[in-house]
Amino acid sequence: MNLILFTFIVLLGFTSYYFGRKKAYTIQSSNKRLTALPQFYGYYLAIWCAIPAFIIFSLWAIFEPTIVKLLVLSDYSNQGYLDDELNLIYEKTKSLSRGQFTGEITPFIEASAEKYLSLRSIAQSSKAVIVLSIIIASVAYAYKRISSNSRTREPVEKFLNAVLFTASLAAILTTVGIVFSLIFQTIDFFKVIPLFDFVFGTHWYPAKAFVRDSSEALDPSMYSDTFGAVPIFAGTFFIAFIAMCVAIPIGLMSGIYLAEYASSKVRQYAKPLIEILAGIPTVVYGFFAALTVGPFLKELGTSMGLEVSAESALAAGGVMGIMIIPFISSLSDDVITSVPQSLRDGSYAMGATKSETIKRVIFPAALPGIVGSILLGVSRAIGETMIVVMASGLAANLTLNPLESTSTITAQIVVILIGDQAFGDPKTQAAFALGMSLFLVTLCLNIVALRVVKKYREKYE
Amino acid sequence: MIKIKAKNVDVFYGKKQALYNIGLDIEENQVTALIGPSGCGKSTFLRCLNRMNDVIDICRVKGEILINDFNINDKSCDVVRLREKIGMVFQKPNPFPKTLYENVSYGPTIHGMAQSKQEMDEIVETSLKKAALWEEVKDRLHEPGTGLSGGQQQRLCIARAISVRPEVILMDEPCSALDPIATAQIEELIDELKKEHTIIIVTHSMAQAARVSQNTGFFHLGHLIEHGSTDKIFKNPDNTKTQDYITGRFG
Repeated sequence: MNLILFTFIVLLGFTSYYFGRKKAYTIQSSNKRLTALPQFYGYYLAIWCAIPAFIIFSLWAIFEPTIVKLLVLSDYSNQGYLDDELNLIYEKTKSLSRGQFTGEITPFIEASAEKYLSLRSIAQSSKAVIVLSIIIASVAYAYKRISSNSRTREPVEKFLNAVLFTASLAAILTTVGIVFSLIFQTIDFFKVIPLFDFVFGTHWYPAKAFVRDSSEALDPSMYSDTFGAVPIFAGTFFIAFIAMCVAIPIGLMSGIYLAEYASSKVRQYAKPLIEILAGIPTVVYGFFAALTVGPFLKELGTSMGLEVSAESALAAGGVMGIMIIPFISSLSDDVITSVPQSLRDGSYAMGATKSETIKRVIFPAALPGIVGSILLGVSRAIGETMIVVMASGLAANLTLNPLESTSTITAQIVVILIGDQAFGDPKTQAAFALGMSLFLVTLCLNIVALRVVKKYREKYE
Repeated sequence: MIKIKAKNVDVFYGKKQALYNIGLDIEENQVTALIGPSGCGKSTFLRCLNRMNDVIDICRVKGEILINDFNINDKSCDVVRLREKIGMVFQKPNPFPKTLYENVSYGPTIHGMAQSKQEMDEIVETSLKKAALWEEVKDRLHEPGTGLSGGQQQRLCIARAISVRPEVILMDEPCSALDPIATAQIEELIDELKKEHTIIIVTHSMAQAARVSQNTGFFHLGHLIEHGSTDKIFKNPDNTKTQDYITGRFG
């Protein structure tokens, strides 16, 4: 029903575009100069069709459910039901009307469901009638109004401006929404667990929180030494550090090779091949780390008399580094290539060799972009989840031995939120607190990255 | 004294021939101007003289170019040494994104010309003085070279080029991005520099060629149409094409 209506409105939009343009041509053919190109007249009419339709649809979406609910429940008023009970009745009515109700069907509810259905269909058809009549009226009004000297270009441009603004607003609002979805749970968490214990505690053992029977009253003292985030922060940065130790040298060197040394033919094939690495799903890297690299390192270590955990930080970090290589190599290739040829010429003309030119001229000039790409890689490493969940182990050991297993923020969030969890429990809320810290850390990193890039850019351009 | 002797030089970009059988002698401690309409090959020829065409993948150079009687197109030629001897100044000022000091000390550093900081300071100072830039920048040697005005940047590039005491300086339309005052300063500088260096300048401005050069070569469609003393080329050319170009009938 809605789909048909929508299609109809779209068709109406096209028709009004057509009529607007046609009218413009008619005006033009009577030797009058138009204030805008004919298609602007068309767009103008189409907008007069789109805006009322959008407004009515939104109003309907906001008010229809409330009004229908009020009408359905009006039968039950003055019978002494509580609000909660009324809500339950309404939910039952709705699921019965969808044919999904499984409980005992009472005649009352059956009657309500019928009423509900008939109200919905009335609402739908009245919506169609109202929308169509208003649209036609508004388009007709606009059609009559446009003449040789009416302004159509400016409203159309303003409309486009507004549409584009809304699109960019969506991204910003999403970010704000994410922060808000984290912040309340985080605050609740810190009401039970002191911030100090979270930031400086060295024992992370959330499984302990399972022990609590949910009927018991919440006793903060039983959580002491449970949510100390130091080991998992340390683990996160440690694994990210290992990853960057792999990714930065290899990525940078391959970026420099691609940009400066590779012939155009090699570059043509090598660059897409490297970028394929970036397209591999991280879960596949996780397999690779957990089933190939981890056991291999364990065997290698054992043969050398070392004690290596099968889920070592080295395996997870190393594979994560490989995952990040294409980001760094591809981005640094781009920034190096965009260093102006005139700088290379200037250096070569002084008798500098290729490596001297790269080291002394091109690399410093490309540095802001390279730093940016590295920090982007660090953000990826800190936020990476799948590889660490699969390959780095879940016990939060506080260790700096790359051969032992550690855990990261992201892996702990997964561990905490998997399965049935009671909301309002500190254990669940801990995941939100971790998510919030992760968000803050990556935010700071991005701010630093932007600052660095900006500072060097001022210096180098 | 002949410094550079080009014999039968052909240049190809891929399959397209850009220069045909160029033969040109360039005299020591004089300014030689190369003129001609756009795309005539004068810049290409200039870039042959310090093998800058090597940088372009598809470019091939044939023929002999003798500098001090040594063929630079020979396999035994060391490009690094060659470019130390033959400096170059480009059309658009291209200072490195480094400080003024580092810009000038770049060449001496990579060629190991200074043993101490003091020696390097001296080289930087003399180069900047020769480039007539010292007085303007001596108090801000450690600021970025890119912060200078266009004319100052170009003089910085000249200082960078002469810092390694080259025998020859190639200039590829060095004033085309500059205003008249900066142009006049550079021209004055060229006159000064020819005492110690051999200068070859590519220019679009015939007035500039007439002002600064002693010898002139006229290129057209990849051919060297005529060359000789600037006086003769401008007052009494042998070739009618030269005559037409000089008097502004085409180009």
